[in-house]
Amino acid sequence: MSDAFGILSYGAYLPRRRLQRKTIAAANGWFNPALRGLAKGERAMANWDEDTVTMAVEAARDCLAGMPPAAIGQLMLASTTHPYDDRQNAGIVATALHLGSALRVLDVTGSLRAGTSALGTALAAGGSALVAAGEHRLAKAASPQEMHYGDGAAALLVGRGEPIARLVASHSETVDFVHQYRGHDRAHDYAWEERWIRDEGYMKIVPAALGALFEASGTAASSVTHFCMPCTLPRVAAGLAKRVGLSETALRDNLAAVCGDTGAAHPLLMLAHALGDAKPGDRVLVAAFGQGCDALLFEVTDAITKLPPRAGVKGALARRKEETNYERFLAFNDHITLERGMRAETDQGTPLSTLYRNRDMVTGLVGGRCRNCGTLQFPRGRYCVNPKCNALDSQDDQPFSDLGAKVMSYTADVLTYSPDPPAYYGMIQFDGGGRMMADFADVDEGKVEVGMPMRMMFRIKENDAARGFVRYFWKAAPAANS
Amino acid sequence: MASGIRDKVAILGMGCSKFGERWDRNAEDLMVEAFEEGLKDAGIERDQIEAAWFGTAIEEQHVGKSGIPLAMTLRLPYIPVTRVENYCATGTEAFRGAVYAVASGAVDIALALGVEKLKDTGYGGLPQRGRGGLNNLFWANISAPGSFAQLAAAYRAKHRVDAKDLKRAMAHISVKSHDNGAKNPKAHLRNRITEDDVMKAPMIADPLGLYDCCGVSDGSACAIVTTPEIARGLGKKDLVAVKALQLAVSNGQEVQFDDWDGSYFATTRVAAKRAYREAGIDDPRKRISMFDVHDCFSITELVTMEDLGISEEGKAINDVLDGFYDASGRVPCQIDGGLKCFGHPIGASGLRMLYEMYLQLSGRAGERQRPAPVLGMTHNLGGFPSQNVSSVTIVGSYGA
Repeated sequence: MSDAFGILSYGAYLPRRRLQRKTIAAANGWFNPALRGLAKGERAMANWDEDTVTMAVEAARDCLAGMPPAAIGQLMLASTTHPYDDRQNAGIVATALHLGSALRVLDVTGSLRAGTSALGTALAAGGSALVAAGEHRLAKAASPQEMHYGDGAAALLVGRGEPIARLVASHSETVDFVHQYRGHDRAHDYAWEERWIRDEGYMKIVPAALGALFEASGTAASSVTHFCMPCTLPRVAAGLAKRVGLSETALRDNLAAVCGDTGAAHPLLMLAHALGDAKPGDRVLVAAFGQGCDALLFEVTDAITKLPPRAGVKGALARRKEETNYERFLAFNDHITLERGMRAETDQGTPLSTLYRNRDMVTGLVGGRCRNCGTLQFPRGRYCVNPKCNALDSQDDQPFSDLGAKVMSYTADVLTYSPDPPAYYGMIQFDGGGRMMADFADVDEGKVEVGMPMRMMFRIKENDAARGFVRYFWKAAPAANS
Repeated sequence: MASGIRDKVAILGMGCSKFGERWDRNAEDLMVEAFEEGLKDAGIERDQIEAAWFGTAIEEQHVGKSGIPLAMTLRLPYIPVTRVENYCATGTEAFRGAVYAVASGAVDIALALGVEKLKDTGYGGLPQRGRGGLNNLFWANISAPGSFAQLAAAYRAKHRVDAKDLKRAMAHISVKSHDNGAKNPKAHLRNRITEDDVMKAPMIADPLGLYDCCGVSDGSACAIVTTPEIARGLGKKDLVAVKALQLAVSNGQEVQFDDWDGSYFATTRVAAKRAYREAGIDDPRKRISMFDVHDCFSITELVTMEDLGISEEGKAINDVLDGFYDASGRVPCQIDGGLKCFGHPIGASGLRMLYEMYLQLSGRAGERQRPAPVLGMTHNLGGFPSQNVSSVTIVGSYGA
């Protein structure tokens, strides 16, 4: 076992729905005909029950898949769209992942560089850290951003062991170049002219950062085999590669056509994508632009070949469902006022003291395993549920989130209020014991059947709009879709 | 060893309001409607009632909490009034309280009254409401039809039944109950429907369509109970007595342990066995004259007839399609229209079922009267298939 330091693993998550850009153009082209020129490909679109936190949890679970359990000292959640201004968003992720309370957590925000800044900080700090970045990006209807943006998350595990990639060099430039911004309390970004952003922003600030990185580390630009440059402006990434002397073949797909720009998560998403393709000895250069530029250069090691299988970006991209209903996209993002009916008026207030007492159960899906009879059960009662046992206080913590399950019974309910009717739910039986009545996520109409394998996913249970509280819980999704 | 309730308590009188969308009536009006009939039928004065049990489930929609609404509405003379709630089995719980009070010898005459005013919500279906602090944080987003619909999925998987065949049997159940309801002047829904109507109705929770779901109604029903001796002393003949009164409540095994397959009611099976034992009945399929079961949804009735041991497991479809449970069949089920058509004002429903059994056993069921029934069984269920309260009651001719 080596004791080298670097990136130990990676993970990615994209919401399953992919909104077709021609659908957006068909809806909004009457108002902004220029959108028709952008009507190619698709963008990842968060479901109504997904946000930065839920997507980061899923990316982190992908990142930790198959990794030996090791103490994680720090968890960072980078985003410009954290659901809470005052409640540690990374703390929710940590609880969902059962990382324990002896943990330093940090929400990193305020810039589209938040993802790379978090990763750079973790690498500089030297300890074990899980760096997650996620975005649920909002854009005004008929804006170019609505076309360009995408929702998603990525995660990287940093620490000592057998790194799959080690940091060769890094450099950050900070320049208060405001190509776009979002003021306090504003839902949407305000952007300046693209030509100025290109000429005065990308083409000047990024080369300065990359040049400084190469010079300080004494590395040749030509040694880079993967160049991750998140930029949706046409031809800019290629122009940058050329300007700093990177080989043409190093420039990586920015995923614009298949997922869109996931903001602060995008540099890490592209890094995760590159690591999924990389071979030992490859050099991966990641740049992120936003009031300056972060640049991180990695060298991929032999350990990449031994990394346990994970979904990664390839898996996340393959888990896909075309969305051609633009109104659904608007509704999910609260951009139109639907008549939700009186059933939606039910008070969704969350008793915070109840949630706190039961945070492992609710946020972590932790149930019990009886020491006396071995029965798995959710939730954990004071008495074991096995009628032949019924022992008192006999249960150890048993996380159910990573256990597979099968559908026992199900329905598609149009009566109960759901932001995406019909509401699918049913009884699931966990492999190895335990069961629960669970909401289903990412189900295809008419495709549920008894016996179908399911996998638990961290999702929004309810949005308490009256109090601005997001309530999270776990849902069962078809294993084939997750 | 307990001797059970058999023949210890007789029904002195019963009353039942018209069920339906009673837009012009408050819950209090409905209570008075049922009580006036019951009191007259019992042939006693209000002051002879010594204790009362008041059943209402969704009190926040109408009368509010406690026994006070009953005492105030009926002007009961400072007697003990206990408010009970046990989901949709609330009405039978009120009855159980009154019967046990008489059987214990604590009082001579007791009242059970159930009421629900559901049609003041502003929308169709049962009122949407919270499940309790912690439950709200992890329970699935279930509705009543959605939880019961899952019986069909599990039943089909277990017995390898084609979805269409099961739905057709479910349709027959609803058609039968509409036929019966049409003959009942107090029923909420009195229209006849066809199997085709059921099959083509809008979906509520797959595979339950509109006509697989019972009515959501306003209504009230009551029973006045006493000992057989006192009933005789008051001049009553052909007494209807309580033969069995059982309740089984889920303890989490169905929803948390691994031995239930989702296709039946574990509670009902337990309660039914205990009820037959209490009533001294060996062969219920032959001995029970008629049933009023908790047909909140067509699929509930179908699996319940197996859980009560009347149809063999996996074979209820055959009995249903053979007309075994029709009004003209061997053992009619829901002869008054059931929850499906008489309606389902939650707190009143258990008492409404008993009301029909009582009328039939007293020979006063009019157009619906069966020839010489001896034993009637009611089944009143509350909650969801995965966690519920199931009560089974048998009433019959005193001494039979």
